Amino acid sequence: MTNVIEQLGQWAVGRVREMGRMLLFLLSAFAWLVRPPFRFHQFMKQLHFIGYKSVFVVVLTAGFTGMVLALQGYYSLRKFGSEGLLGSAVALSMIRELGPVLAALMVTARAGSAMTAEIGIMRITEQVDALDTMAINPMQYLVAPKLVGGLIGVPLLVALFDVVGIYGGSLVGVDLLGVSEGAYWNSMESAVEWKDVYGGILKSVSFGLIVSWVCCYKGFYTRQSAEGLGRATTEAVVLSSVLILVCDYFLTSVLL
Amino acid sequence: MVNGFESDGDLVPSLPSPIYHKPWALSQMIRLVGVEKKLGGQPVLQGVDLSIPVGKLTTIIGRSGEGKSVLLKRMIGLLQPDRGEVWVGDVEISRLSGTRLNDVRKRFAMLFQGAALFDSLSVFENVAFPLREKLRMKGPGVTKRVEEKLAEVGLAGMGHKFPAELSGGMRKRAGLARALVMEPEIILFDEPTTGLDPLMAKSIHDLIVTMQQRFGFTAIMVSHEIPEIFGISDWVAMLRKGKIALMATATEFQRTTDPEIREFISVGGTVALPGSLAG
Repeated sequence: MTNVIEQLGQWAVGRVREMGRMLLFLLSAFAWLVRPPFRFHQFMKQLHFIGYKSVFVVVLTAGFTGMVLALQGYYSLRKFGSEGLLGSAVALSMIRELGPVLAALMVTARAGSAMTAEIGIMRITEQVDALDTMAINPMQYLVAPKLVGGLIGVPLLVALFDVVGIYGGSLVGVDLLGVSEGAYWNSMESAVEWKDVYGGILKSVSFGLIVSWVCCYKGFYTRQSAEGLGRATTEAVVLSSVLILVCDYFLTSVLL
Repeated sequence: MVNGFESDGDLVPSLPSPIYHKPWALSQMIRLVGVEKKLGGQPVLQGVDLSIPVGKLTTIIGRSGEGKSVLLKRMIGLLQPDRGEVWVGDVEISRLSGTRLNDVRKRFAMLFQGAALFDSLSVFENVAFPLREKLRMKGPGVTKRVEEKLAEVGLAGMGHKFPAELSGGMRKRAGLARALVMEPEIILFDEPTTGLDPLMAKSIHDLIVTMQQRFGFTAIMVSHEIPEIFGISDWVAMLRKGKIALMATATEFQRTTDPEIREFISVGGTVALPGSLAG
């Protein structure tokens, strides 16, 4: 019994220590972010990697999400004779929830895992140490640009996700199922408020931070082996995804 | 003489410089005092006292897992000691961090065991990296300096290749070019010939010696290449059980009467001469 309590205590202390280290990592990255030299090229490179290179997967996911949402929504709304509200249902679901969450999960899967692997390999092959020996801070050179890339890239992808998803819904709802085009777009215009858009932006910024923070952290502290790198990448994707969903719940509670 | 230079002052040239106001600093570039370090709860360094002379090639030897690479990383502040002091010139670095530590690191360069080239950059970009990122140099000045260094290490015309396209020896040469390009005062070599065939190992050793003599930097090398290191090093130090067991000139080192050290260097191929130097 004592052993179990002891192990539980050790586990809890370990988790608290890990959280503290993660927080210090984030604060350190922000501290290095605002210190010169500013590597604009590195920021753009990360924005290109996280943002532009995720466009295809985000568009694909958004299109089919909007389409299936319209399909499901149409048959549910038809029971109440409210097919005209399909546009608002698709738009609100996209802007408030599905856009930020799914886009962030896609970025985690595509760019987040790659970030962990990249930094992890650099750690294992002493490239991170090499930066240190050149008096170039790895937090400033490697982590800070990725953090900015996530903070800017994810909201832009979410905006794209929302737009493509709404057009996907229109394709199925209006073109295939025969909902009036005017009703689809007008119901959207009257239902969507600024606070919905604001909430979506807030979520996407938060999720962008979570993805880049967790994935960089896991890569930075990779254990010195191929197995350690594999574990770090898995942990980064799982932890980022879980944190996105948990954070989504709390943000939604506050925003509603 | 064990681990010190005070009695051999004539062997160590002085380097007058305004930054060296400590008396010992005139002849010693790096000084470790009572350095202790545990890794994963296991003591690795257990009170290392070591002085590295200015402008000389000092090689640290010892069994695998004795902490030689840890010691090297301590000198440049990549690992913090649990106890003890690390002096670089007149600056004690064991408690430094951030910009102040970076200021000290500007005096260093390091050639890692696997060369640690950035695999997403070409050889040219790797060598140019510190110039562009630290000195903010641009344009033909960078090209000229990088091509000069690549030629010095025998990699002229290979700048366009990526690290994955290079052999082990070529990667080490590229790493050396990157280390040299900032013209540092101190270069650390972490097992620079590991994984290379004897001929390639010899060519890397020759290159290190040639560069060290040409540029006069202080070189500290961790190596297992016995007896070759006795032919190229000015000083040799042996790390044993977390402490420096013996530090002496290469010639004196081979005359040690310490049976354990004699066995270690004999197995490596050196015929240890009988003499008076005890570990």
